[in-house]
Amino acid sequence: MTTLKQTPLNAAHRAMGAKMVDFGGWDMPVNYGSQIDEHHQVRNDCGMFDVCHMRVVDAKGDGVRAFLRYLLANNADKITVPGKALYSAMLRPNGGVIDDLIIYFMTEQWFRIVVNAGTADKDIAWMREQAAKAAPQLTITSRDDLAMVAIQGPNARAKVWEVLPQTKAATENLVNFQAADCGEYFVARTGYTGEDGFEVMLPKEKVEKFWYDLSKVGVKPIGLGARDTLRLEAGMNLYGQDMDETVGPLESGLGWTVDLKSDRDFIGKAALLANPPTKKLAGLVLLDRGVLRGHQKVKTPHGDGEITSGTFSPTLEKSIALARVPNGVQIGDTVQVEIRDKLLNAKVVKYPFARNGKAVASW
Amino acid sequence: MSNPSNLKYTTTHEWVKTEADGTITIGITDHAQELLGDMVFVEAPAVGRKLKAKEECAVVESVKAAADVYAPVSGNVTAANTELDGAPQKLNEEPYGAWIFKMKPDNAADVAALLDAAAYQAVVDSEAH
Repeated sequence: MTTLKQTPLNAAHRAMGAKMVDFGGWDMPVNYGSQIDEHHQVRNDCGMFDVCHMRVVDAKGDGVRAFLRYLLANNADKITVPGKALYSAMLRPNGGVIDDLIIYFMTEQWFRIVVNAGTADKDIAWMREQAAKAAPQLTITSRDDLAMVAIQGPNARAKVWEVLPQTKAATENLVNFQAADCGEYFVARTGYTGEDGFEVMLPKEKVEKFWYDLSKVGVKPIGLGARDTLRLEAGMNLYGQDMDETVGPLESGLGWTVDLKSDRDFIGKAALLANPPTKKLAGLVLLDRGVLRGHQKVKTPHGDGEITSGTFSPTLEKSIALARVPNGVQIGDTVQVEIRDKLLNAKVVKYPFARNGKAVASW
Repeated sequence: MSNPSNLKYTTTHEWVKTEADGTITIGITDHAQELLGDMVFVEAPAVGRKLKAKEECAVVESVKAAADVYAPVSGNVTAANTELDGAPQKLNEEPYGAWIFKMKPDNAADVAALLDAAAYQAVVDSEAH
């Protein structure tokens, strides 16, 4: 048995009664009791997530913006206000998705990048390989000295200010998708739940105290189980499930993040232009009783599709899914999902399914 | 929660209670519900269905995963707990009260041969590592 990697909060999770699981080689909390209660806790109040397994990368040097403009499918030129963040896919030349990530514009010499845990090493290798060719003056540093905690929910920001009052002045005017560098604490108004909140990056040695301080002011710990139902309700993709290197961003619901209109060149652009998508990502709500799950077959009059992520939605009290389906499938259509030996009816809906505490999908 | 000593158990985490009339009531153990987490869907077998021992006959799904429930012995399904349709969380709240289905076993001796509480606990302990 291989040894699982641990975040600096491992002991805290165990002390708080977490059930731990192997999550891509990391020993992580899946829940601290009821996953559904944790889900509602975030939608209605706030909760905290250990996201120390995700990787912070700093790209520094002259011309960092021009490099990112070439490296990423979304256009780094869209962020010009310091601290502003941009969500983007990073593509192979063939258009396959290496990872989805967030970049923060700090200065013209410094962009911060946050990447997924499971892909971090290959991401950094790819970035360095491209930088060596296109922008050798840049340094690309994996910030293994930093930890990250996400605090999410309608009351999340107020709770962070209770614990870190010194960051309030710099962060209370942040708009959605904007960060402030407050010395040891880098505070971003971002998240993966469809709720307001912060993601806080801080020195590893300070994260356990931060976690317990948040707990003392009433912030509940939330496991990966609820993180998945929250992000799926919010219509956010999960790398490795909803997209990977075998599919392009346009077939993965990420068309809104891909800038094909400007004459900017970027890695993967030629492949995307040469291969228009035949499939797209659609939201499904199950009309019959059951639970949609990844890899179930979706039957439509336009051909078969496949569920990429499915779960039971605690907010809608229905099963929901993202599915890759033929382009001809339209919102409002009823499709059939093969679950065990049955074909169950599901409605194609516009997603997100829920945001800011409320159901927003209709069926 | 300890496993009630008046019940029988299977290695696949079903509990079996023998009723006065010789029929058996089947549910899933506390260990099983704990592993699966919050239950959101239960599909019980159709009443009248003839089952062979160890046959997949019901499904329980939590937010996290789907799991099959197996017939502990051969026999006929005599009842299905439709109350769970609207309240699957009862499997979490009272695992030894919330039953899934009932059977009339072909042979009472098959039921007697199932695991007792101590033997089942040994199965659970051997899975924890």
